[in-house]
Amino acid sequence: MAKMIVNVEVNGERQELLTEPYRTLLDLLRDNLSLTGTKEGCGTGDCGACTVLLDGRPVNSCLVLAPEAEGRHVTTVEGLAEDNRLHPIQTAFIEEGGLQCGICTPGMLMSAVALLRSNAEPSEQAIRYAISGNLCRCTGYDKIVRAIEVASKTMQADAAIASH
Amino acid sequence: MRAFAYHAPASLAEAVAILRREGPGGRVLAGGTDLLVQMKERGVVPRYVLSLRAVADLSHVSFKPGRGLVIGSRASLTDVITNPIVVERYPILVESAGLVGSHQIQNLGTVGGNLCNAAPSADTAPPLIALGAILHLHSDQGERELPITDFFVGPGRTALGEGELLAEISVPEPHPRSGGAYERYTPRQEMDIAVASVASFVTLAADGSVAGVRIILGAVGPTPLQAHAAEAVLIGKRPTADVIESAAIAAVSDSRPISDQRGSETYRKHLINVLARRTLDRAVASAQG
Repeated sequence: MAKMIVNVEVNGERQELLTEPYRTLLDLLRDNLSLTGTKEGCGTGDCGACTVLLDGRPVNSCLVLAPEAEGRHVTTVEGLAEDNRLHPIQTAFIEEGGLQCGICTPGMLMSAVALLRSNAEPSEQAIRYAISGNLCRCTGYDKIVRAIEVASKTMQADAAIASH
Repeated sequence: MRAFAYHAPASLAEAVAILRREGPGGRVLAGGTDLLVQMKERGVVPRYVLSLRAVADLSHVSFKPGRGLVIGSRASLTDVITNPIVVERYPILVESAGLVGSHQIQNLGTVGGNLCNAAPSADTAPPLIALGAILHLHSDQGERELPITDFFVGPGRTALGEGELLAEISVPEPHPRSGGAYERYTPRQEMDIAVASVASFVTLAADGSVAGVRIILGAVGPTPLQAHAAEAVLIGKRPTADVIESAAIAAVSDSRPISDQRGSETYRKHLINVLARRTLDRAVASAQG
């Protein structure tokens, strides 16, 4: 079975990865790049633990065949912090207690980031819909929703300060 | 997943040439949200996978006077839901495509794939049938047009011929005095598969009576079903609550549900009655407004 090269930008860095075509983007991230923040929960696009941003949109990386990532831009949870400073969404999850075991957390963070980038002040309903493709077995979701609300306020405040 | 040969042609012509050359045993890959699940869990082992990712001009969503809305077969559900023309003129498509899976699934999955996968519960099928969509198919023998009503043959089976691809979906411009609605019943609020669904599309005459109606039932038969008896109740009549209720009852006789782990035959028939009434109410209100 011939391997192929997949050229993909991950967290701002261009990567040239060797893979069989039947592996997935999730495999590329975890095994080729050792970016193990993204998790496999179900492998069939039902749980959202594998959520990454593909050209800015949240997708289940377990359903993206490796060669389908050719020429695309991928953002994983490892790409959220900048200059060793946590992203406001990460800080909010910690401070609001929006995680217990942490398995769903990277996927939740990516869905939350995508939401806040397109909707700076989401309602609770919009937040719950935005994470409806991310299952959590531990928290009961309330603190996750609260963390996203807090992050939206922090990010709006940051933007207001930056624009002055 | 087991090994397969992977092709990513740059044009439709190249794609259909590959399908002809490679023959049966391959699968076409659009968004992959159905195919990859089938390859991982349902024992689907294609000899080759033909990806549409590099085919130019297959992801567009545009409006062409005379043709109406044109959706490329690789346009994602999100592309369709967020398109301003769709939002303004085809809200029933926003409703239905927005019910499929989650954001993650909608960002990858395509309308074309939803149709070609041909699940009896496919959410984009009843609305597109109700809107009178036309499918544009390509093979190395040329192109042909197929009304979507002729497309679904059985569960997971379509009228696509050997070496044939779905390239585009055209949806005619709706009549000014028309409206549509789609509803489905699922046990969970999100991320579920329809137990029963109905798409209703109503066109009113100038005097307010029903000039045209299509009622399409999903998940209650081997393919989406047209509720002919229900439609006949409405034609030429003013769409009062009583008439709509009679049509909703008739829709039950048009359904052919089975009992399975998602619902019993009796329950599905009950759902069809309720969903037909609700979608007809909303379609009529939309046509009147």
